[in-house]
Amino acid sequence: MTENVLLQVQDLHATVEGREVLRGVDLTVRAGEVHAIMGPNGSGKSTLAQVLAGHPAYTVTAGRVLYEGKDLFGMPPEERAREGVFLAFQYPVAIRGITNAYFLRSAVNAIRKHRGQEELGPVEFMDALEAKLEVIGWDSSYLTRPVNDGFSGGEKKRNEILQLAVLDPKLAILDETDSGLDIDALKTVAQTVDKLRRPDNATILVTHYYRILTHIAPDVVHVLAGGRIVKSGGKELALELEEKGYDWLREEATVA
Amino acid sequence: MSDVASGTERYLADFRAFAHNGAAVAPAWLKEIRESAIARFAELGFPTTKQEEWRFTSVAAIAETRFTHPASPIPQLGPRAIEPFLIGGGPRVVIVDGHYAAELSTASSTPKGVRVSSLAAALRTDGDSALARGHLTRYARWQESPFAALNTAFLVDGAFVHVPADATLEQPLEILYLATGRERTVSHPRTLVVVERGARAAIVETFAGVAEGGPYWTNAVSEVVVGQGAHVELYRVQRQGPESFQIATTQSRQERDSFLGVHVLTLGAGLARHDINAVLDGAGAELILNGLYLLNGAQHADHHTVIDHAQPRCASHEFFNGVVGERAHGVFNGRIIVRPGAQRTDSKQTNNNLLLSTEARADSQPQLEIYADDVKCTHGSTVGPIDPMQLYYLRSRGLSPETARGILTYGFGAEILGRMRHPEVRAQMDRLVRERLGEGRA
Repeated sequence: MTENVLLQVQDLHATVEGREVLRGVDLTVRAGEVHAIMGPNGSGKSTLAQVLAGHPAYTVTAGRVLYEGKDLFGMPPEERAREGVFLAFQYPVAIRGITNAYFLRSAVNAIRKHRGQEELGPVEFMDALEAKLEVIGWDSSYLTRPVNDGFSGGEKKRNEILQLAVLDPKLAILDETDSGLDIDALKTVAQTVDKLRRPDNATILVTHYYRILTHIAPDVVHVLAGGRIVKSGGKELALELEEKGYDWLREEATVA
Repeated sequence: MSDVASGTERYLADFRAFAHNGAAVAPAWLKEIRESAIARFAELGFPTTKQEEWRFTSVAAIAETRFTHPASPIPQLGPRAIEPFLIGGGPRVVIVDGHYAAELSTASSTPKGVRVSSLAAALRTDGDSALARGHLTRYARWQESPFAALNTAFLVDGAFVHVPADATLEQPLEILYLATGRERTVSHPRTLVVVERGARAAIVETFAGVAEGGPYWTNAVSEVVVGQGAHVELYRVQRQGPESFQIATTQSRQERDSFLGVHVLTLGAGLARHDINAVLDGAGAELILNGLYLLNGAQHADHHTVIDHAQPRCASHEFFNGVVGERAHGVFNGRIIVRPGAQRTDSKQTNNNLLLSTEARADSQPQLEIYADDVKCTHGSTVGPIDPMQLYYLRSRGLSPETARGILTYGFGAEILGRMRHPEVRAQMDRLVRERLGEGRA
């Protein structure tokens, strides 16, 4: 069983501004799997996502995370990305003056270089990009706009998915990518993510809502509450959460 | 203070010598203005940091240095000397130490009807002289600014550009102001650009010094008149040596429905002060002020802009970005005046400063003076180091911290470069920005 394990989170504790947000998270993700992490606001979902990507504001106080058997926290954020970890940000950052195309190519080339592949020139890169753009239903005008600058909420989320498609990570973590999207945009995003599923990669969907899971069927659903995973199950758990909310789990956790 | 006072005295003495000598060939009307200007300079003297307009910028080093006014003839420079500063193969006017260098200029290759020459030559030619008289010294405020007064007092040469109604000067005209730095020279180049009704023009002013030159001071004034419905793109690159001084005024006046884009790239000089005074003097005129300063070492650069909305329905959009490293100091002061009756003014100003070291400093001061009620005016400014969230975002995509910092820094410049419409000019500016920031190829 362990040979397919891509990510192993063991008793992870993390703080932000001195406040403990993660209080012992355990999670195992195997290649080929899609995990959904659900939970009420403030349960630590985004913290978990950001800690895995290496956000500088969070401090890991205990536990460890193995990514492909290696210590994830021993790698700076850029190395995690080059090794195949990708976080789709809940609040993507705008960068003025830098076009999306330049940004994407810089990222692709940083990863290619790390893998010992030749870097792509502007023309080759654009050719490779055209196909990816089509998948998310974008025209190339988005490439000449500055990164996320003046983008609507939905455009920013789509831009994260474009990066996901272009960078082709082994482990994709989507932090509430579905929130703020209208039904059509959600469908496009979900279908893109679904198309990218392969036996050798995995996805963690951090979400508040059931609806994205109607497009991407998760293998495992976890409920994060109070900084811990309080329940895990199949996709029927997501449906149960949709119907009953989170309160019953909180009570269960308190009783336990 | 006595040094500053004696500094003023030196210029008065130099003026007396100049008035008896090189100035003698000028038309009588200009001689009168020069006399008034030197008298005004004597009254104003060099500014001190006690004056609000000069709070952050001390010109004591200029006042105390014994600069000389070089006697012509100007030194011979080969075409090689100017090559590094040229952008394209278009028409050009080369001014060396304040004097027109005919052998380096190719002003004759301008489109039909367009007049490009040295200002000194224009003042000797009947038609041009009459035109110059109608505009020259009428806009730049030598009564208020001691440096504009000094430039006007020593006004002798520079570039003269006249684009008649409906004519087009599309391939950018390059005006290159080159200082040789011999004998601690000061030059006062004066340029007049008149673009008449419905005409189009693109002009690049480049200020530079030849290598191995000592300290020098360029005290420049350019006046730009944009006629009704005319369209002008004015680019300006200042890349003087780090030992040099530069004080300059760019003064524009726009008539109805005209467009003026002023694009500034400030890279050079140890001490630089650039005043941009733009008057929107006809309804429906549009102005874009788009500037970038990249400073390092102990450089000090001060940009003072005044946008004067004198008529209704005008738009001005101002974007100035600064990247300040090492011990450098950037100053931005952006004043916007909306005169009574200038209704439906649309004005936007932003000034963002990126500090690359803890010793770097930037001062940003917006000043809005609004005397009309139906106006839209916004302004914003920032001063700070690289945003850690932006840095993290780029790193999370696989970029090293060094590459990420380079990209974010370059982004400050690229945002400004993106508004430059002439591809060959933009490419040259981009190259200069990349050279300065050490950022790799796009």
